[in-house]
Amino acid sequence: MALPNPFRKPATVPGVLASFEHIDAAVDAIKALRGKGHRKLTVYVAHPNHSIEEALEAKVSPVRLFTLVGGIVGLTAATCMQIWMNRDWPVLVGGKAIVAMPAFVVIMFELTVLTSALVTLFGVAVLSVGLGRRGVIYDGRFSDDRIGVFVPADRAQSGALELMLRNAGAVEVRHAAP
Amino acid sequence: MATVLRSKIEPVMTQTHAEVTRDIVRTLETPPRSYYLAVFGAVFLLLIGIVTFTIIIKDGLGHSGYNPPVMWSVYITTFVFWVGIGHAGTLISAILFLFRSPWRTAVYRVTEAMTVFAVMTAGLFPIIHIGRQWIFYWLLPYPNQRYLWPNFKSPLLWDVFAISTYLTVSTTFLIFGLIPDVAAVRDKVTGWRRFIYGQLSMGWQGTDNQWRHYSRAYLYLAALATPLVLSVHSVVSWDFASSIIPGWHGTIFAPYFVAGAIYSGVGMVFTLLIPLRKHLRLEHMITDYHFDNLSKLTLLTGSILFYSYSMEYFVSWYSGNTFEQTTFFLRPFGAQWWSGWTMITCNALVSQLLWFRKIRTNLTSLFVISIFINIGMWFERWVIIVSSLSNDYVPWAWGVLNPTWSDWGILAGSFGWFGMWFLLFARSFPIVAIQEVKEMIPMPRLHPDAHGGH
Repeated sequence: MALPNPFRKPATVPGVLASFEHIDAAVDAIKALRGKGHRKLTVYVAHPNHSIEEALEAKVSPVRLFTLVGGIVGLTAATCMQIWMNRDWPVLVGGKAIVAMPAFVVIMFELTVLTSALVTLFGVAVLSVGLGRRGVIYDGRFSDDRIGVFVPADRAQSGALELMLRNAGAVEVRHAAP
Repeated sequence: MATVLRSKIEPVMTQTHAEVTRDIVRTLETPPRSYYLAVFGAVFLLLIGIVTFTIIIKDGLGHSGYNPPVMWSVYITTFVFWVGIGHAGTLISAILFLFRSPWRTAVYRVTEAMTVFAVMTAGLFPIIHIGRQWIFYWLLPYPNQRYLWPNFKSPLLWDVFAISTYLTVSTTFLIFGLIPDVAAVRDKVTGWRRFIYGQLSMGWQGTDNQWRHYSRAYLYLAALATPLVLSVHSVVSWDFASSIIPGWHGTIFAPYFVAGAIYSGVGMVFTLLIPLRKHLRLEHMITDYHFDNLSKLTLLTGSILFYSYSMEYFVSWYSGNTFEQTTFFLRPFGAQWWSGWTMITCNALVSQLLWFRKIRTNLTSLFVISIFINIGMWFERWVIIVSSLSNDYVPWAWGVLNPTWSDWGILAGSFGWFGMWFLLFARSFPIVAIQEVKEMIPMPRLHPDAHGGH
């Protein structure tokens, strides 16, 4: 999968953007759309919402793999770094062994946490910005109190979709043309 | 029907989502003159610190009242003080997130910002203290012409890693939590502010895909920050506990320091939050419910401190070790008795006032108590560091520290540095987490009776 160029403005995805004020109406509409085969929906909401997640039957985010890999890399790096550096220029300190593992635990722990956190951040950037859908229209009220549901569709379908979304309780419907 | 007796102190969420956004975005409007005065005050204190530091760089640490055997003094005391302040923020934002505490939501952004700025302040102190500040990077393991590596067996080097990791991870956590809120501000403002908030929101639109990854990542960051915060003050405590100075080598130091850190941090939260909430007119969002719970946290950690103080004295007596016993006798009855009693009064005793609900919900009394906590916790570190070093083993080598203008100048500068960042943050970014408050308020339903609710 090729990463899209983040500096080029993407082409607008054609479709219908419905705006909901009521959570139950939005959830029912999502379920109905998915039942009709519209599975590439984009749902906007101002806060993480479980009923929307359930309606979309979203899988658990793979960001946890980034966290795990980051942690393993950090732990390995800290262990190897301390063993190598202590052997590279061996100085006896406080009667401890040159490679004194108990003394290394703190830095092993700290670097595990540090790398894990930074790689998690990188994972979110890749997954939700790099691989996210681009060119889908947006409305500023979705960060306030509205729920947005975008259905990618061609011009032939959009009339029927608008009717359906309005019947489901959408307070506003916009069309996006390429 | 039996009357259900409920506590009067409970969260009241009567706002709609739109009102939450409106009230928080309002805090970012042009500030009144009093705000500029406060920023000016902070910058003035910072300038005192900068001038003092410049003189120290020019002349050396001789100005700083160091006098054998007391070679760690006000700078290290203040370092531990500021690191400790940071801990309450991570406790409230990360640990209580994992515990799903509902009361953290409205206050965690303030405490998290406080954490970042407190650790930024703390990080300066070891650098000021090392004497040749311009080569502080020798602490880091990097390939160099001397073919030397730092001493990985020293707790001081553990501290370098612990503090820098803590600063990085807590900053990450703060900024990560801010992204959806900055996007909400972006959609409400116009002109150049819209451009700036737009850049800072990093393309956040709140799509299902973004939330899916974001929520998971937030959970993992909280899970990583939780052991991290407990480790950081433990490592700081090992700077002392792994030595053989009487009064320092206590096995209870790690939990004792962590409890003290949280206690001091919540104290600072009160000091900042009580005026801030009035200034930003957020009284309806940050209520008695939050202050009551914060007070209970203060009471818990204050009581752990009470226990730790008692246990320290007990252990020194029970050890039968003359040096330990002398050190602990001299804390309340020696030359620096005033610092010993300030620590016991402000931390162990004043915290016990919070058993009374009337005090827990009276903001004036909480503010006064918080000042006692700030002073008491600074003196706790003073007592542990300075009084233990003053009276080590051999009485002829004992000595008393006389802090000088340069110690106080740097201390004042640290409050200025912290205050400046905090004040600038408080009027530039949402100080209450918009998206998390919204998560607690159910969205309106078209058919309220059709579903049983979530």
